[in-house]
Amino acid sequence: MGRALAVIIWIITALSVLMFVSKKWWFPATISEHGPALDRQFMITILVVGVSFGAAQIGLGWMVWKYRDTGKAGDRGLYTHGSNRLEVLWTVITAVVFISLAIMGQTVWASLRLHDAPPGSYSVEVVAQQFQWNFHYAGKDNVFGRTDPKLIDDGALNFIGLDESDPNEKDDAVLASLVIPVNRPVELRLRSKDVIHSFWVPPLRFKQDLVPGMEIKVHFTATKVGQYELACAELCGQNHFKMRGFMLVLPDNEFEPLKALPQAQFQEQVKSLLAKYPIIID
Amino acid sequence: MATMVTSTKTVTKKSTGEGSKFPGPNGNGSKRNGHDFFDPESRANRYRIGMWVALASITMLFTALSSAYIVRAGGASDWVSIAMPRVLLFSTALILISSVTLEVSRRSLKDSSLDGYGRWLLLTMLLGLGFLASQLVAWRQLARQGVYLSSNPHSSFFYLLTAAHAVHLAGGLLALIFLWVRSRLATERKVTARGQAAADAVTIYWHFMDALWIYLFLLLFLWR
Amino acid sequence: MSVETHEEVHRHPAPTGFIRKYIFSLDHKVIGIQYIILALVAVLVGMTMSLLMRMNLSWPGTHWPILATLFPTGAPAGVMNPDFYLSLVTMHGTIMVFFVLTTAPQGGFGNYFLPIQIGAEDMAFPVLNMMSFWITLLGFVVILLAIVVEGNVRIGEWFAALGPSFAGGSGTVGPIGGWTGYAPLSAIGKIAGPGQGAGMNLWVISIAIFCVGSLLGALNFITTLLNMRTKGMSLMRMPLTCWAWFTTAVLALLSFPVLLGGGILLLLDRIAGTSFFIPGGLYVSGVLSGTNPNFPLHTGGSPILWQHLFWFFGHPEVYIAILPGMGATSHILATFARKPVFGYRAMVFAIFAIGLLGFFVWGHHMFISGMSPYSAIAFSVLTLSIGVPSAVKTFNWIGTLWGARIRFTTPMLFAIGFVSLFVAGGITGLILGQSSLDLAMHDTYIVTAHFHLVMGVASIFGMFAAIYFWFPKMFGRLMSESLGKFHFWITFIGVYSIFVPMHVMGLVGMPRRFSTFAEYGFLTKLHPLVLFVSIAAIMTIAVQFVFYFNLIWSLFKGQRASDNPWEATTLEWSTSTPPPHDNFAGVLPTVYHGPYEFAVPGAPNDFIMQTDAGAEVTSGNGHDGHKH
Repeated sequence: MGRALAVIIWIITALSVLMFVSKKWWFPATISEHGPALDRQFMITILVVGVSFGAAQIGLGWMVWKYRDTGKAGDRGLYTHGSNRLEVLWTVITAVVFISLAIMGQTVWASLRLHDAPPGSYSVEVVAQQFQWNFHYAGKDNVFGRTDPKLIDDGALNFIGLDESDPNEKDDAVLASLVIPVNRPVELRLRSKDVIHSFWVPPLRFKQDLVPGMEIKVHFTATKVGQYELACAELCGQNHFKMRGFMLVLPDNEFEPLKALPQAQFQEQVKSLLAKYPIIID
Repeated sequence: MATMVTSTKTVTKKSTGEGSKFPGPNGNGSKRNGHDFFDPESRANRYRIGMWVALASITMLFTALSSAYIVRAGGASDWVSIAMPRVLLFSTALILISSVTLEVSRRSLKDSSLDGYGRWLLLTMLLGLGFLASQLVAWRQLARQGVYLSSNPHSSFFYLLTAAHAVHLAGGLLALIFLWVRSRLATERKVTARGQAAADAVTIYWHFMDALWIYLFLLLFLWR
Repeated sequence: MSVETHEEVHRHPAPTGFIRKYIFSLDHKVIGIQYIILALVAVLVGMTMSLLMRMNLSWPGTHWPILATLFPTGAPAGVMNPDFYLSLVTMHGTIMVFFVLTTAPQGGFGNYFLPIQIGAEDMAFPVLNMMSFWITLLGFVVILLAIVVEGNVRIGEWFAALGPSFAGGSGTVGPIGGWTGYAPLSAIGKIAGPGQGAGMNLWVISIAIFCVGSLLGALNFITTLLNMRTKGMSLMRMPLTCWAWFTTAVLALLSFPVLLGGGILLLLDRIAGTSFFIPGGLYVSGVLSGTNPNFPLHTGGSPILWQHLFWFFGHPEVYIAILPGMGATSHILATFARKPVFGYRAMVFAIFAIGLLGFFVWGHHMFISGMSPYSAIAFSVLTLSIGVPSAVKTFNWIGTLWGARIRFTTPMLFAIGFVSLFVAGGITGLILGQSSLDLAMHDTYIVTAHFHLVMGVASIFGMFAAIYFWFPKMFGRLMSESLGKFHFWITFIGVYSIFVPMHVMGLVGMPRRFSTFAEYGFLTKLHPLVLFVSIAAIMTIAVQFVFYFNLIWSLFKGQRASDNPWEATTLEWSTSTPPPHDNFAGVLPTVYHGPYEFAVPGAPNDFIMQTDAGAEVTSGNGHDGHKH
């Protein structure tokens, strides 16, 4: 029984490790500036995790394999209540390893979240709603038109409540897809009309909740041209699973002329660009 | 692990197991042989510990509600401070006095004066009822001004916190009634240890409700 | 093995009527069994829901005729719709976390064995104890009503009398919000879509009721342990189970009031039009807040406030679920390793450290919620430091097995399984606790995998170990070992097959709480894995019926158990089987030894019971370090 259990524990351990090592199911290739650093931190962490997991399971299996009850009369286990030296040793080692890991794990976070978007970032307003994304572009003047919840009218396709009387609004566009330039910091101003949603693009290694009543500013830099899937990662109601959007990362030579286009042509042009770039899924 | 010494120096100690000898560092509960469910001292300890533990949990409830209050007051543009209904000063006076009367009642019990105990208990109950009535008047006054539960965050918290406190105080009132009825029904006109323990526990609770009210009162009308 | 110091105590009169004996019983043992029965029923409901979820994920669009009969609104023509799936998610989580993982380990086994293990004849407040069970049961009834009120028109009509927000019959099956019920989705009412009507009110009410029941229980546990230990039962002579139950009770005592407070605020937002969690200017389903009677005016509330209140409770809750399992595992490992627990004192400190740190890490559920990025750093570092006491426990469990003479009984297999699963599930906390990595991991299947392994499956393994171990004491018969072992092997392999693949699904980026993955291109390559997980889940669920059968069969036909069939040392084994009404037949035991005196050199047997006055032992009552 003990040997069988040990073998099962070892096989499960080996298969579990294999599932990660084979990388058959793995992250999609990263497309953001912070992605490689995040992936590196993940690899360091998974190494610590894998070694600890393996060592603990192998150790557990070994004890189970070795120390069976022999059934012989008078054959007794080791009478010990422990060892303070060992307790101190493993407490210190794990504390050092885990806390170093925790501190290392803050670098990407700190670089992304502890300061505002760098100057010259391209800003897009994101207004999520049950079950659709609205991306608000400032247009040529780089100034967002005024919005007001009182002006929202889904029926008239004014999804984010743009105020038509605001002169800054004239060149603004609202689209269901996110179009951003490559290799340039992008600032998203995240809002929600109704419930909490979450902006999630797996290859971007980036996620942020959109909370009604708040405007949350986050920033990142995409480094690879292409079209990517965008999902909602916070339960937002019945059709949460269908809240799919697209993020289109464009080279400068396509993005700059696009940005200057007036509203209607901007929309048309984005449509044709979305058709041009295939969706990259891994 | 190889460095570990596996042999054990057996420091033998004969446990004789005589009743008089205390086998462990802690006999716990009573100083007699272990605890005894019906032992008066054990019971008093139990009531006291239980009461403090319950108060810890009530403290957490009001801590949670107060932190919600502070967060909500800090970030809100829709905060409208409500005017303090004057009758709350009367409520405060009533509950402060009730703590004193209950303390007198408890001490009468300690001095084995069952009559004094009952009388002061009755007075405390009336003061407690008065407090609840006075809180109700405060609600009515606010409602007459058109300030309701959902009017604005300050009024929401006012109704919520006063109601939560009133529910807890009403529980205390029920306990007082229970003590009073039992003191009336007691066939032998003498103080039982059990009655004393219960009175002590209820007194702790009542004083706590008093302090809690003062805290809520200050929170609601100083932090706004 | 004789109890030499006898002390006559007054006995509770044992009740004779059926109702006072088995229904409204004041006996902690009966109440413990009632809690276990509640958990056994609740887990069946929760497990059926997970089965339905897996069916929907792997075979979307399939007609299941039986579902059309059972859930005409959630699965019209036998095809599950997204609302049905999401209400299954919500109810599965809520029922499992509250009514299984919180009731069985603490209310069930804790209630039954804590008083016996410390040598008390009952809990400190038997009436409160009875009330805590009945209040918890009421909570369970209300959560079940949350399902019917939405789906069943007639029952929905009864509730409509309670007010407009209670009018049900929205055509869904139950509330939708996940077990975390994030506001404002959970707060704004029916306007937010299916599953946000009367069922959600009942969901909040059920949880509030549950909080009250748990608080009464916690109060009882703490007082009992502090006040009612028998002569000689010093703190450091208590079995580790008692330490675990005690710490759990402290966690419950301090965290449930916060959830209760949050629940009251949420309910007021839903039914009284307040704005604690609902911000202003919301525009939901084509309606602006304040322009329609179905959607009153709200201003200025904070959705993140709910998350703070919820997770301040929610994280300690994880430890409420697993600490009793840790206690049971330590206890059972020592018993069948025939060895003292390795590092008893370190184990006690580790339990306390886990409990204490558990109160300061709730923010790791909220890294990307929009809270301050600076606090995320503090929460992250604190979170990873919880790994330290958890690792200490693991090392000590393995240390307990080192040099042992292991008896591979079913409870021992489950206890070893617990250690394995606790490591597997807990270790990924090192990944998820890092704020940077959470940018990629948050709300994906790796989170699902992590918490299911550690707080779900590991805790359940602790409870399986406990039931196989204590069943003979509770019912006087042993459970079938061969059925038990069969149950173990399949379950052990099954749960790993279910949850390990979920980790890599998370790496790919599969989000939680999606009723189908067909919409997304990047998820297509996971479809075979989704199918594999479902098959493993069906297999694992099927074998649980072997456990249920074993339970019932052994109750009547199991081999008769002696007072101490496992040759264990603690007080529950020193009394008769099953224990009498006041646990020790009027004679409270006196304790002379630490809880795990196995393999004592020179002793006649390889175990010395705590009550054994005559035995010679080293001064080791668990807290001395190794003598060199």
